[in-house]
Amino acid sequence: MYWNKTFECMDREHLHELQSQRLVDTVKRVYFNVPYYRDKMQSVGLEPGDIKGVEDIAKLPFTIKQDLRDTYPYGMFAVPLSEVIRIHASSGTTGKPTVVGYTRKDIDTWAELVARVLTGVGAGRNSVVQVAYGYGLFTGGLGLHYGTERMGATVIPISGGNTRRQVMFMQDLGTTVLACTPSYALYIAETMEELGIKKEDLKLQAGIFGAEPWSDNMRKELEQRLGIKAIDIYGLSEVMGPGVACECLEQDGLHVFEDHFIPEVIDPDTGEVLPPGSIGELVITTITKEGLPVVRYRTRDITSLNFEPCACGRTHVRMSKVLGRTDDMLIIRGVNVFPSQIEHVLMNIGGTQPQYQLVVDRVNNLDELEVWVEIDDKLFSDEVRRLEDLENRITREIQNTLGINVTVKLVEPKTIARGDGKAKRVIDKRNI
Amino acid sequence: MFVKQVSVFLENKLGRLATVTKILGDNGIDISAMALADTTNFGILRMIVNNPDKAVSVLKEAGFTVSTTDVLAVEVDDRPGGLSAVLEVLQDNGISIEYAYSFIKRAGDKAFILFRVENPDRAVDLLKNTGIRVLEEKEVYAL
Repeated sequence: MYWNKTFECMDREHLHELQSQRLVDTVKRVYFNVPYYRDKMQSVGLEPGDIKGVEDIAKLPFTIKQDLRDTYPYGMFAVPLSEVIRIHASSGTTGKPTVVGYTRKDIDTWAELVARVLTGVGAGRNSVVQVAYGYGLFTGGLGLHYGTERMGATVIPISGGNTRRQVMFMQDLGTTVLACTPSYALYIAETMEELGIKKEDLKLQAGIFGAEPWSDNMRKELEQRLGIKAIDIYGLSEVMGPGVACECLEQDGLHVFEDHFIPEVIDPDTGEVLPPGSIGELVITTITKEGLPVVRYRTRDITSLNFEPCACGRTHVRMSKVLGRTDDMLIIRGVNVFPSQIEHVLMNIGGTQPQYQLVVDRVNNLDELEVWVEIDDKLFSDEVRRLEDLENRITREIQNTLGINVTVKLVEPKTIARGDGKAKRVIDKRNI
Repeated sequence: MFVKQVSVFLENKLGRLATVTKILGDNGIDISAMALADTTNFGILRMIVNNPDKAVSVLKEAGFTVSTTDVLAVEVDDRPGGLSAVLEVLQDNGISIEYAYSFIKRAGDKAFILFRVENPDRAVDLLKNTGIRVLEEKEVYAL
């Protein structure tokens, strides 16, 4: 039931003490090792000694994604590169990705936290975990992989895609835990039905689903169609990756692993910390990370925190399922997409920025992204070949930037609705 | 020597072509030739009209993306093999044709074909030297 009972069930008083020590230590490390943090703290007149415990956390300035971009690639690392053993990256908004680095201890912590997640959903050494998250720069695949190995279960590193093979392996290898995005899990369920494979033919017990927002309705559907407990996992590469927080079998909020992270919920407009239970933007401070510690990182995810004790026995605070975003980021097939990334591509192709719109839909449980581009005088040609070349070029370059498939549609001017003069950039038809 | 063709970007949506022809009709613009190139998602309408400048301005006003392109209007004999005589000249001289379409109107035993070629100036010279008639802009608009 627990992987590390000492920490997972630590009483809150001791937890608070532990967090305070670790926070004080983190603040010192970033102050002395990361000039960017030092400058930020000095600009508000803070010295490391001013932070004596968790209660002082709100004195610290926030960190935002732009800070990571401004210091690309290694500027925010708190250790020399010789200590870094792995890099992950998430797609950037204007070409450059956000790069994150891990020391051996960071990878170790991450594996520990994912092992907690797996144990928490009832997995053990005899479990077979099929990791259908993408492997590579994306944190999903390797994150789940290392945690499974740490726990001693059998990992199938199948990565995403090739759904028929996923189903074949699930059946033949006796997969007990499936880890992927919830929308992909639904797609797998659909493929199973097409192939005439029933949930009773499988040994599946649990699904660990994350990297995109999903609803309780989707949970019910997944549980019913796959015959599993569907568990929500949360994480972001800037903080670590999947395993920052996860549901227990009570499925009533995601426990944030507070011995490694301090969560806060703030008013996204004023930056003010909100009382427990209020809905606002999640801010996370890492308190054990060495490679890339983040102090009060603004996740842009909207949630609330519940400090009530949980029936599972864990003492760590629970965040609600992510309710939305405070920015215009979209999550498409688990990939973060900002409209500005597409804007950038179009700008490079046309020289000027044409009117465009992103239309996101979920077809057969898979997210589809259509990019509508209005054809202006500059882009227009009377030759079909040239317009098709343009269409192909936009498609290719967006795909290269985002790493997901898109359909580009050239449309007539004024097709894209302009309420109060400003074109609506995103139409999200997904009913999550 | 060239004829101004009006090209319009159209989405493959019901009624788009009708909208264009209505706008032109309401403005007293006469279409003498047209061709529609289409793909799965969009089309390009190409037209020869009696007043290309006005056509461009009224269509733009209605929100269409419009451009003009120089094309050649060539007279061919309206008999079997009439067109191939013209094409041979272009082919023999290595001038490729981007697209071609025919006029709706006919005059006696002649037909008119519109060509968009990669080297229009040279094409005109070659055709004329071979005795093939290339129509003047004014003649075409008056057809």
